[in-house]
Amino acid sequence: MIKVQELTKRYARTTAVDQISFEVAKGQIVGFLGPNGAGKTTTMRVLTCFLPPSAGTATVAGFDVLEQPLEVKKRIGYLPETPPIYPEMETVDYLMFVGKLKGLSGAELQKRVNYVTERCAVADVKKKLLGKLSKGYRQRVGLAQAIVHNPDVLILDEPTAGLDPKQINETRELIKGLAGDHTIILSTHILPEVEQTCEQVIIINKGRLVATDSVRNLQARARGAESVLIEVGGRNGSLEAAKVQQRLEQVSGVGRVQRKRQVDSRAIFEVESQKGNLVRGDLARAVVESGWDLNELRPAAMSLEEVFLQLTGSESPAATDHAAGKGAQ
Amino acid sequence: MRNTWIICRKELDSYFVSPVAYILLTMFGLIFGFFFWNSLGYFVIAGMEMQMRGQSFPMNLNEQVIRPLLANVSVVGLFFIPMMSMRLFAEEKRTGTIELLATSPVRDLEIIIGKWLAAMLLYCCLLLFTALNFAFLFKYGNPDWKPLAVGYLGLLLQAGALLAIGTFISTLTKNQIIAGAVTFGACLLLWVLAWVSGYETATWARALSYMSVFTHFESFGRGVLDTKDAVFYLTVIFLGLFFTARSMESLRWRF
Repeated sequence: MIKVQELTKRYARTTAVDQISFEVAKGQIVGFLGPNGAGKTTTMRVLTCFLPPSAGTATVAGFDVLEQPLEVKKRIGYLPETPPIYPEMETVDYLMFVGKLKGLSGAELQKRVNYVTERCAVADVKKKLLGKLSKGYRQRVGLAQAIVHNPDVLILDEPTAGLDPKQINETRELIKGLAGDHTIILSTHILPEVEQTCEQVIIINKGRLVATDSVRNLQARARGAESVLIEVGGRNGSLEAAKVQQRLEQVSGVGRVQRKRQVDSRAIFEVESQKGNLVRGDLARAVVESGWDLNELRPAAMSLEEVFLQLTGSESPAATDHAAGKGAQ
Repeated sequence: MRNTWIICRKELDSYFVSPVAYILLTMFGLIFGFFFWNSLGYFVIAGMEMQMRGQSFPMNLNEQVIRPLLANVSVVGLFFIPMMSMRLFAEEKRTGTIELLATSPVRDLEIIIGKWLAAMLLYCCLLLFTALNFAFLFKYGNPDWKPLAVGYLGLLLQAGALLAIGTFISTLTKNQIIAGAVTFGACLLLWVLAWVSGYETATWARALSYMSVFTHFESFGRGVLDTKDAVFYLTVIFLGLFFTARSMESLRWRF
């Protein structure tokens, strides 16, 4: 649905986006992740035909953003970082205006406006001035505005920024609900948001593409292979940890075994498999057959945050925001 | 065409839901009412003096009332036009709604003309006030309507030219006040440029004075439709909107 090739955007002195390439399939919901100033907004503005690219190409639904901007714009719904609302307009008038601007008219227009006011839960402020709405309502009106013409592609720039925890959850649910009908790109610097809402992640840092993959693969990829935590217990109150480690290392496909902790007769190991090997079953069998207890065996999933830090090689982009995001769940 | 009208309607709405339009209309109504009352007062006194002296110079409403009043409207417009055009783009840039317009399937030119047209229509509302006053002249006297119509045409062309300049200036800043002040300065300069011709007759002076927006109004005020002057105004309108379009385009490259 969206295809970006070698996209570069230079400003007078700086290069905001540097040769980024990625593709988004129809119906996918993609998280656009990066620290502040990484080039997220710039990329989105190129996709929405607001900014022309300096080099490279971007196509939406097969239309080039430079060659056929009007065709692209018809198929895109865009929510900029601050919702583009006119404070002196009433909600419903505003949505009607945007609907008309996007090419709707007559009964269709009325129908869509009614639909999006219900869908985005802004029906109770239909007749209120936009300038008097709370931040949460403004954001929802912004979303309603973006989907009013039922676009193929939705581009949302930090849709949950500045909302309170309850509103963040509501907005995320709303966005999840919209997937399927629309292909969605949403930018954020809040990591849990991506883990919760997106299937696919595109990570950029300082204008460069760092990684693009599904959330799960990305977590695995950063590790290189499967990684499990295994807790082994001795039957008669004692356990020779070195022996256990030796035994685990003998299991085929196991790369590295690391002893994490030992308390009395229980020891926890972290086992990394070699690339492409699934070793959990073999590990369990080896432990049990050697006469030890298998207390626990679970994948040591890496949080996306670790992946992110590993990939961008920097401090957490927005530690405080992240904390706020976590607190919201 | 449809898009232009959508934008224009939205602009008109925001003039009229905010106090802007009403304040402009009220102030203009007061000012013009005062001019009208004054000018009629002079006319009546002059008429009475004529009678007392037994002279019978022809008294002419068109020449003695309507023509100076139209010139007044043209000058008062200088103060009101910046207030109408200053918010057109500056406000959209400030609130970020320009992103909505620029990412909607609408051409830049449709946006620009829509906005300019809305300002023109607001100016027409101002002119309605003058028409209301002039209507009394037609009830109690018998002025010729043709020079008046030509005068109105001139006012519209002149306002169109100044509004086009104002629209352009509004794209250059996020700040309404700056846009308004610069537009006012530009309008004032374009007015006083004509003064050069008073003491200098070299080509450059004639060129400068030709550029004055207000010298071209004289013929319209007299009720003479001079193609040369109409072409001048149309050229300024075209150039103003053309530069607005260029400026909007460069906005995208600089944003």
